[in-house]
Amino acid sequence: MLAYALKRFGVSILVAITVSVVTFTLLRLSGDPAVAMAGEGATESDVQYVRQHYGFDRPLVVQYGAWAARAVQGNFGESYYLKQPVAQILLERLPVTMTLGALALMFALALSIPLGVLAAIRPNSLIDRVALTLAVVGQALPSFFFALVLILFLGVQWRLLPISGSDSWLNFIMPAIALGYYATPAFMRLTRAGMLDVLASDYIRTARAKGLRPPVVLFKHALRNAIIPVVSLAAVQLGFMLGGSIVIETIFSLNGVGKLAWQSIQRSDFEMMQAIVLVVACLYIVLTYVADLLNAWLDPRIRVG
Amino acid sequence: MAVSTHPSGLPSAEEILEPSPGAKMRRRALRHIGFTLGGGVFLAIVLMALLAPWIAPHDPLAQDLTNRLVPPVWHEKGSWENPLGTDHFGRDYLSRIMYGARISLLIGIAAMLISGVIGTTLGVMAGYFGGRVDMVITFIITTRLAMPVILIALAVVALIGSSLQIVIMVLGFLIWDRFAVVMRSATQQVRNLEYVAAAKAAGCSTLRIVLTEIMPNIVNSLIVVATVEVAHAIILEAALSFLGLGVQPPLPSWGLMISEGKGMMFFQPWVIAIPGTALFLLILSVNMLGDGIRDVTAPENRN
Repeated sequence: MLAYALKRFGVSILVAITVSVVTFTLLRLSGDPAVAMAGEGATESDVQYVRQHYGFDRPLVVQYGAWAARAVQGNFGESYYLKQPVAQILLERLPVTMTLGALALMFALALSIPLGVLAAIRPNSLIDRVALTLAVVGQALPSFFFALVLILFLGVQWRLLPISGSDSWLNFIMPAIALGYYATPAFMRLTRAGMLDVLASDYIRTARAKGLRPPVVLFKHALRNAIIPVVSLAAVQLGFMLGGSIVIETIFSLNGVGKLAWQSIQRSDFEMMQAIVLVVACLYIVLTYVADLLNAWLDPRIRVG
Repeated sequence: MAVSTHPSGLPSAEEILEPSPGAKMRRRALRHIGFTLGGGVFLAIVLMALLAPWIAPHDPLAQDLTNRLVPPVWHEKGSWENPLGTDHFGRDYLSRIMYGARISLLIGIAAMLISGVIGTTLGVMAGYFGGRVDMVITFIITTRLAMPVILIALAVVALIGSSLQIVIMVLGFLIWDRFAVVMRSATQQVRNLEYVAAAKAAGCSTLRIVLTEIMPNIVNSLIVVATVEVAHAIILEAALSFLGLGVQPPLPSWGLMISEGKGMMFFQPWVIAIPGTALFLLILSVNMLGDGIRDVTAPENRN
């Protein structure tokens, strides 16, 4: 187990380094930070001054080396627009996005696990068909459009929830639904398939033959085992949600990392963008790492094979 | 060739009457509701996109400021002159929806083709060669998955400057992961089968084995992934355009139309409802078609 954990840890570090190199190169090759920072109407000599002052005229490898040397110490540079350390701004915004991600995941699981279990108890029944239809329909609804529909009905028509800002926990409900519903079909299908598998197994037959009450068999014996793959998918989906929060946070004007990313893109704030991509990627890497370990711990075949 | 089970060595009556696998598949396809319905709607949207210059009632870019925000025909103030109404510049919504289908389909299919070539090449190589090659390619896939797609697409498009071609290229180079993952495991499943060993023994080159022995046997999963990725690319394009960093005005991208209508949605909800519904129907039909192809080509894999 330890050997497996160490090996996966090494790979995760390598992935994180590669992501930072690729992002750095991609951002620098796509645009000239000096031009963006010098602003509109800047003369060629202004741009040249900015380029030299910030060291953008050095070879890309040297620039990356300098950036990485600072980044490993937790120093991601300074946002040229906000004139504050990037790390400090990120730390202020991260809790909002984490809260949003956690709520979205909770919403998705609370909706999909009961539906998946019900669908598996009675395969091909009406409820199974309704659940599958919901999954197909949900998968075809772009989250930004769904978010606007929520605003229109819950926010404006029925005045149930605030439509923008991040002052109270009520502000998080609609964004969490808009971000989370997209993951529900995958969770539901996995729960349903897992439950179908488990319910057909010998130990469930034994449990039933012992005369245990159906709810005990279902929740204590079956669901516990069927839920294992869902847990690891949940970690991966949470990682994707953090990346996708840019759209939702922008729509609901929620002051998290996603909105910060959108603002930084519009301001061509390179240092900020670079750090945000890396942080989101690292969160994803950590989450998948935890999911892998969890899986290996629960299923010895993985860590041996 | 069916192997005869009849003692005489001749095929039995049931075997002769048995429809061919192709005929069975066609029959399954026609009976599959998702396949026929999804395929039908998708075909209708494709036809609408192809025929847009001939069937669109107006020029999708022509502004008419005296005729702004006309509601659709089912509304009491609507008229058949603009069946789906007009936008805030007085442009005919139906014509914009028709031309918008071209943008969604073009980007969806082109980005799918680029990502399909990249992902299939990587996936088949990893699956066929295994060992070190597999290790390196798996690492590349893991790295790609760790990179947040929307964030990077937005950043790159914003820096380079957005155009139809840029959006296609950026999406194509970002969403090849599913192709690679699925093609890798599909190749692993067929690479040790007897006919591959036979081709190797016959002295066929690796390229030939991959093209004539491996590819035909994994093409079904390839088609299914391709439909998923068309839908994926269409959603991403719409999201990029919605955020103002995809297809640029005055082009009638559905995502852009929703973004432009956002400010008016409280009083004229149809301004976002119509392009939103169009987007929903297109993605739904592509997904249903993909699920249908999976069920029809591999009925044993259902559930």
